[in-house]
Amino acid sequence: MATAVTPEAVEKVVFDALPQFGADPADISRDATFEDLDVDSLDLAELSQIIEDEFGVQLKGDDVGKIKTVGDAVDLVVSRAG
Amino acid sequence: MSRPDNAVALVTGASTGIGSAIARALAADGWRVAVNYRSDEDGAKATVKAIEDAGGTAAVLAGDVANGSVEELFTQAEEALGGPVLALVNNAGVRADNLAIQIEDADWDTVLNTNLSAAFRLTKRSLKPMLKARYGRIVNVASVVGPRANAGQANYAAAKAGLIGMTKTISHEVARRGITVNAVAPGFIETDMTKDLLVDVVKAIPARRAGQPDEVAAAVRFLASDDAAYVTGTTLFVDGGMSA
Repeated sequence: MATAVTPEAVEKVVFDALPQFGADPADISRDATFEDLDVDSLDLAELSQIIEDEFGVQLKGDDVGKIKTVGDAVDLVVSRAG
Repeated sequence: MSRPDNAVALVTGASTGIGSAIARALAADGWRVAVNYRSDEDGAKATVKAIEDAGGTAAVLAGDVANGSVEELFTQAEEALGGPVLALVNNAGVRADNLAIQIEDADWDTVLNTNLSAAFRLTKRSLKPMLKARYGRIVNVASVVGPRANAGQANYAAAKAGLIGMTKTISHEVARRGITVNAVAPGFIETDMTKDLLVDVVKAIPARRAGQPDEVAAAVRFLASDDAAYVTGTTLFVDGGMSA
């Protein structure tokens, strides 16, 4: 059963996942850009997979290409679940 | 990084010929092998039995890679063998030879769908467990036909050349995650699929003989091994010198 999609739940999953891609936990915030965190396109593809497994929300490659910040990613997942 | 103990290798089209030899070679190297077949259930069972008799672990895995559910194949392989699919060998292939001017649309589509599109769909799905594990081995069974011309096989050549291009590009995408993507390109190998072709071809092979399925399997076994961790995006020709 997928976890209910709330901004808080998505933010937690995203924040928890980012360090495995090499992001420094101290730098992770909603305003941080993936570029600053050194999170690349393959990392984002993997993050999409983690989100799909957790929330059952599928993100398309086109969607993921547009997001710049951690907050963008969280908002995108929340909007796709609606 | 070395291969996890419970790693599963999924070999498509493994009931007979090159696929069966690959399944047996990977099992001998410690992989748990899912022996996929479309129609030859007896051949797949015989492959599994040969693996088990040799002390290995394997399970038959029914499914048409061109038309069936990719998700089901992976789920069934992982359930039957108790581990993640960390090696994928795209071996299933068909031929529908004719001069280009006589190739029907259906024969073009069938060959491209089975030999290339199915391999892409399986590769895409296999990246999920491989990315998670930070370990993976994908080996695409291409052909000397594709890199080289062979009149009467425009569809087959297009599919196999496409497989090599796909191999190279995906290898770049995932190399930094410990996943390698390579191809082997067999020349003329003695199997049921080529028995009608061999008579005149041998003269054109520098080694002056057809290859054996086990000789292709040995190349796949190497590319799937930890020893080949730094080999990716390449095509290893197993062709008695034909392409040199």
